[in-house]
Amino acid sequence: MSYWPLLGILLVVLGFALRMNPMLVVTGSAIVTGLLGGMDLVKVIETFGKAFNDNRIIAIVWIVLPVIGLLERFGLQQQAASVIRSIQAATVGRLLLLYMLVRQATAAMGLTTVAGQAQTVRPLVAPMALAAAEEQHGEIDEQTAETVKAFSAATDNIGLFFGEDIFIAIGSIVLIQQTLATYGYNLAPLHLALWAIPSAIAAFLIHGARLMLLDRRLKRGSK
Amino acid sequence: MITLHWLYSLAGAMFAAFALLSALDRSNPKWFGNAAFWGLMALSLIGGDFLGDFGNGLLVLGLAGLAGFGFLGRSQPPTTSDEERTGFSARFGNKLFLPALIIPATALIGTLVYNYTPAGQFGWIEAKRETYVFLCLGALLALATIYVWLRPSAVAPLQEGRRLIDAIGWAAVLPQMLAALGVLFAAAGVGTIIGDITGMVIPKGNVFAAALVFALGMVLFTMIMGNAFAAFPVMAAAIGVPLLIKAYGGDPAVVGAVGMLAGFCGTLMTPMAANFNLVPAALLELKDQYGVVKAQVATALPLLAVNILILYFAAFR
Repeated sequence: MSYWPLLGILLVVLGFALRMNPMLVVTGSAIVTGLLGGMDLVKVIETFGKAFNDNRIIAIVWIVLPVIGLLERFGLQQQAASVIRSIQAATVGRLLLLYMLVRQATAAMGLTTVAGQAQTVRPLVAPMALAAAEEQHGEIDEQTAETVKAFSAATDNIGLFFGEDIFIAIGSIVLIQQTLATYGYNLAPLHLALWAIPSAIAAFLIHGARLMLLDRRLKRGSK
Repeated sequence: MITLHWLYSLAGAMFAAFALLSALDRSNPKWFGNAAFWGLMALSLIGGDFLGDFGNGLLVLGLAGLAGFGFLGRSQPPTTSDEERTGFSARFGNKLFLPALIIPATALIGTLVYNYTPAGQFGWIEAKRETYVFLCLGALLALATIYVWLRPSAVAPLQEGRRLIDAIGWAAVLPQMLAALGVLFAAAGVGTIIGDITGMVIPKGNVFAAALVFALGMVLFTMIMGNAFAAFPVMAAAIGVPLLIKAYGGDPAVVGAVGMLAGFCGTLMTPMAANFNLVPAALLELKDQYGVVKAQVATALPLLAVNILILYFAAFR
C-alpha cells in the first residue's frame, strides 16, 4: 500500500501552521490528496465539485442570519449587554459563573454572536469582573488584574464552545453529520445535538468549580 | 413532498440577494469580489445539480480563488446607530430574544411532532431532513413575527443578513469545503491507510485505547491547525469510522458529537486558534499574549478526560 495520500493531511497542517488562507489550503490539499490517490486532475476536480455540491446542506444554517441581523438592528446586542450588566454578583467567580450560564444558554439557542470577546467581554464582563475584584479586596495588583481579565476571556470561550453544539443548526453539527454521511451513516442533527449536552454540563461544572477556586485564591491573596 | 431542494432554493435566493446588494454597494471597494463570491454560492445552491461535477469543481475553485487571493472585503450596509439600538433595547427589553427563540423552538418541536406523532406518516418531508425544513420554517416565522411587531423596511433583513455574512466572509463556506475535503480523503483511501498504521499502535480489540487515540488525535490536530472543523474529517477517516464505528460498533452520533467536542478542548489550548485565544488577549491588553490560553488549560484537560469517558461509555453502551 502507498502512504503518499497522507501528504494531503500534512499539507493541511503545514498550510494552517504557515497561516495561509484556509480556503486555499483545503483546496490544495484536496487536489494533492486526489492526485496521490491515483486520480487524474479532471477526476479530482469532479470529485471535489460533486462533494461540495452534495454538502450544500451545510450552507443552510446561514438562513438564520437575516433574523439575527434584524434583531441586532433593533438592539439585541444592547439588550444582551444590559442583561449582563444587571447581573448582581458580589465576587469575580460568581459573576463569571453567571456570565457563563448566559453565554451557554444563548449559544444553545443559536445566538452565538450576541455576546463575545469584542461584543461583551471587553466592554462589560472584564470591567465588571475587575470592579468586583476591587470591591472584594480593595486595590488589586497587576498580576491579579491579569488573571481576572484572562479568566473573563476564557469563560466566554468555554461557554461558547460548550453551548453552541446544542443548537442543531450550527456549522459543526452539520459538518459532523455530512462527514459521517460520506461513510454511509445518516444521522439526525437532533441526535448529534443531544450528545453535546453531557459535555456542556461537564464544562459548566468543571469551569464553575475553577471559578469558585479563583474566588478563594483572590480571598487568600487579599490578606 | 418538501425536499432539500426547496431549502437550497430558499438559501440560494438569499445568497443571490446578498450578491445583488453587494454589486450595488459601491461604498465597498471590493464590491466585485463580494458579489462574485456570494453569487457563486447562490449559483451552487440553486443550480448545482445542473452544473455537472466538473462545473461544480470549477465553481469551488472560483470560490477558493476569490477568498484566497483577497478579493473579499467587509461591507458597511445601512443599519441603525448604537444610540438608536440602545433606545430600542430600552423600549423592547427581553422581548427581543423571543423572535430568536422561535427558530430553535420550531425546529425542535417540529422535529419531535413529525417523528413521534402520526403527522410524519404522510411523508410530507424528505426522510431524515425534517429538522432542516423546520429550521427554515422557524426562520421564516421569526421573520414574519419581526415584520408584524417592528415593521422594518422590506430590504432590511437582506441588508442586515449581508452585514453579518460579510463579517463572517469566506469562513462561512469553510465547513462545506472541509466536508468536501473529507470526501476526497475517503476516496483517496486516507482512512484505510491511517487505520492500518494505527492498527499497529492500538492493541487489537482494545476499545478504550481506540477511543483514547481518537480523542487525543482530535486534540492534537486541532491544536496544530487551530481548527477542530479541519481536524474532524481527518480523524473520522483515520480512526472514528474504521475503528470506533465499523470495527467496534460504536454509536456514530456519540463518536461524531463527542469527538468534535474533544477537538474543542484542543481549541482552548492552542495559540493557533488566534481569534479565540490571541485576539482577546490583545483586546483586554494583557501583558502575556498567552494569558487566555493559560487560563483555559486547567479547564480543558479535565474536560477532555470527561469527554473521553463520555465517548467510551456512551458510544459503547
